[in-house]
Amino acid sequence: MARKDLLDIVSLDRKEIDHILEQSVPFKELFTRSVKKVPALKGKSVLMLFYEPSTRTHSSFEVAAKRLSADVTNFDVAHSSITKGESVRETIETLQAMRTDYVIVRHKASGLPGTIARLTKACVINAGDGAHAHPTQALLDAFTLKEQFPDPTGKKVLIVGDILHSRVARSTSTILKKIGVEVAYLGPGTLVPRTGPENIRRFTDYKEAMAWGPDVVYLLRVQMERQDVQFFPSVREYHKLYGVTEARLADIRDRGLYIMHPGPVNRGVELCDAVMDYERSLINDQVENGIAVRMAVLYWLKA
Amino acid sequence: MEPLNLTAEDISKGIERLADAIRAKNPNQPLALVGIRSRGDEVAERVLNRLSTDDRELSFGVLDISLYRDDFEHLHENPALQESDISFTVEGAHIILVDDVLFTGRTIRAALDALSDYGRPAKVELAVLIDRGHREMPIQPDYVGISLDTCRHDHVLVSLEGTDGLDQIRVVQKETP
Repeated sequence: MARKDLLDIVSLDRKEIDHILEQSVPFKELFTRSVKKVPALKGKSVLMLFYEPSTRTHSSFEVAAKRLSADVTNFDVAHSSITKGESVRETIETLQAMRTDYVIVRHKASGLPGTIARLTKACVINAGDGAHAHPTQALLDAFTLKEQFPDPTGKKVLIVGDILHSRVARSTSTILKKIGVEVAYLGPGTLVPRTGPENIRRFTDYKEAMAWGPDVVYLLRVQMERQDVQFFPSVREYHKLYGVTEARLADIRDRGLYIMHPGPVNRGVELCDAVMDYERSLINDQVENGIAVRMAVLYWLKA
Repeated sequence: MEPLNLTAEDISKGIERLADAIRAKNPNQPLALVGIRSRGDEVAERVLNRLSTDDRELSFGVLDISLYRDDFEHLHENPALQESDISFTVEGAHIILVDDVLFTGRTIRAALDALSDYGRPAKVELAVLIDRGHREMPIQPDYVGISLDTCRHDHVLVSLEGTDGLDQIRVVQKETP
């Protein structure tokens, strides 16, 4: 059942998803010990190949690998020969010569981690490629949801925001469907794709979306850096129409809904400050669970 | 050759022997029994039951040693994990590690490493239901329920009621690996 690479959620079957989610539980249990480190990947090397900036995912993978006793090398793309025109293929050949066991890749080009996976014997984990996939984010979201709803079948998750540019929306809605969760999108018409899976409801009006009866409101980050064109008139208007304002938070609290967000949050855009202290916010759980899930993935893959 | 079988009664006597020896050596002292998954936890539970009538403080824990194994390189896929559950304070505790079969000693080596990541116990001892010999590490048990004379390549198959639905031990003799 072991695989070499984790590139997307689409290619995982239900059994594999359940296996990773189950295996994440004993890894999370380690965090309560005085020594949080285990020797399982002692002597293995992990290379972090991040062509796009990332703080959370990068540090989460790094902590996960270190807690498994692997050696982590950061391929500092900003200072590397890539800026001198070295191609990805040359970089990979170099890494191959370094006998790296795992390569964790983030790149703005969709599909690049798959290309690297074919070129190297190392296990490749996609840490986000373009608008394609972010499989470990999806796994940690599913894990976080299952902590609240051990049987998530029939639960409803409303994903709010920039669906069009979001690999998180893509991977997370895919995994949620696979574990039996109903998914709907809410966002400005310009940011919600018109094509795509038939069984995902699409809303442009906040009230209508709430009437659908979600259990979880999953807020996406408004990706300012990915908007070459203006998809909505202003940040203030976005906040007014789709953001979790204080008034909407009161409503969400009354309904007992959970709030999730992949981070980093834009305060005053997707959500107001008060959301960070909301008792059913799972945002910090997502961060902690991210480490456990990534440990489970590293442990599961085998070259 | 005919396999050697041990019955539920033999197992029960082995458990009794363990409890008696632990009691004789440690009268009324607080003890923590830690069973190694899988089946070591069930052996530990049964020994704990026998000791529960004593006037002493007893703790119980379960250890999964998968992440501490020394044979990852040789495995086709990494072994599935289960949760460890050590809810008492390991620091300063008198711990008796419990397993079903003691063979090469590698599992115990891994268990000692795992345990030390929870804290520094005052003392660690080892109790096994079956000692079948053929150690590959300098590890010896403090308490033994049943000693079995086996060949290196024999298979000792333990099934326990709680884990496998039936109390039985079979030794299947093999000349070669």
